[in-house]
Amino acid sequence: MLRVDYLAVSGLPPVSFEVAPHECLAVEGPSGAGKTRLLRAIADLDAADGFVYLEGAERREVPAPEWRRRVRYASAEPAWWDARAREHFLAGAKLDRLILAVGLEPSLLDRPISELSTGERQRLGLVRALADEPRVLLLDEPTSALDAQATALAEELIRFQILAGRIVLLVSHNPAQIVRLASTRLVLPGDGRTAVVKSVAA
Amino acid sequence: MSYIELSGTDLALAALLLIVNGAISIAFRLGLAISFGIAAVRMGVQLAAVGFVLNFIFAQTSPLWTLLIVFVMVLVAGYELVQRQERRFRSWFAYGLGNATLLLVGGLATVYAIVVVVHPSPWYAPRYIVPILGMVLGNTLTSCSLALQTLTEGAVRERAAIEARIALGATRTEAFATVLRRALNTAITPLLNVMSVAGIVSLPGMMTGQILAGANPAEAAKYQIMIMFVLTGASGLGAFAAAFGGVLLLTDARHRLRLDRLAPSPA
Repeated sequence: MLRVDYLAVSGLPPVSFEVAPHECLAVEGPSGAGKTRLLRAIADLDAADGFVYLEGAERREVPAPEWRRRVRYASAEPAWWDARAREHFLAGAKLDRLILAVGLEPSLLDRPISELSTGERQRLGLVRALADEPRVLLLDEPTSALDAQATALAEELIRFQILAGRIVLLVSHNPAQIVRLASTRLVLPGDGRTAVVKSVAA
Repeated sequence: MSYIELSGTDLALAALLLIVNGAISIAFRLGLAISFGIAAVRMGVQLAAVGFVLNFIFAQTSPLWTLLIVFVMVLVAGYELVQRQERRFRSWFAYGLGNATLLLVGGLATVYAIVVVVHPSPWYAPRYIVPILGMVLGNTLTSCSLALQTLTEGAVRERAAIEARIALGATRTEAFATVLRRALNTAITPLLNVMSVAGIVSLPGMMTGQILAGANPAEAAKYQIMIMFVLTGASGLGAFAAAFGGVLLLTDARHRLRLDRLAPSPA
């Protein structure tokens, strides 16, 4: 269970909500409403007042690097620090299945990052975010640079994560994708009013 | 041990070379003549003043005078270190880091060189401390400045990559590994170059000075070797301390990247 309790992200009213394992919460709102800021605060990448509990442990009780191994933020534009993709994964990680799952060839791992397309990098970023099996995935527009076919594969991988018992928070501008993946929605109004949780059907 | 004292006429003759430069600048309208004049006068006045001050301080027997000048030198070097940075830390962070690094490394290296290597009597004799500390601070200042410059530039430019590593569970030093390595490389490469060419391309300034002052060149070389070890050691340690201190200031205890601690870019 991920419980967010009066989390005061800079410039936003405090938000509270819960997400259970096997659940995907979509985070919606206009640009600038604070969707990315909220995900970053949950991963403790930005300082914020309030509390975030994962399985009873508040984030401040857990060493920050360990917290981020459990609560993983994945940016819409994954950044790379080495020449090749493989150097961004733990040595010896079994990646082939995941790479194939998002429609890429495992040989891509040994090509220079600079030669990969935006979509290939975004899919590798998704694989990188979930390869070490974090408990919570905070996915910030994970398919924004993908075509329909690649989007379907990426969604399949995300759905598999949800089925496997992970907690997923999804920022997406694609209403159909939210219907396909999420069970509840958190709406950030972006006008100073408090965020509300709704069911996906509503 | 004897040396030839310079007279006022000797200095005026040497200045003639600058006057020729000034004349060329005026003839070709380079607009440098006035800057040349100001810089030359400044240099002359500064060095003459330092000469008088050192004369006074060398004549004192109290270690307090030595301590006072040590602090003044560290403060001036710390100020200069901050001035050289394009991306500075906000407020007291900047001066705090610079002065702490210089005081720690400069002080340690100087005390080590004096107490362990040269051991004059009394140990606080300003005649040894002031010139050695001056050289140590000047060199450490350069390497610290290069290390911090490369570090802050890298942190700003590679913000996304550093944060990606943090988000994947890296500690702050792991996240900064690439930038840190580059910063230390940039700071230490010139030290290696200076050591490699010492005495081949030109004689180091201190050795030249000792030879002109009548010292035996072999003795002067020994002094220069000792000073090179101390200077390079201090500069390397200074670069390490400044870069690691810089990483600690650019991050917080929760291993977050804190670029907000850098002052806004002047440009």
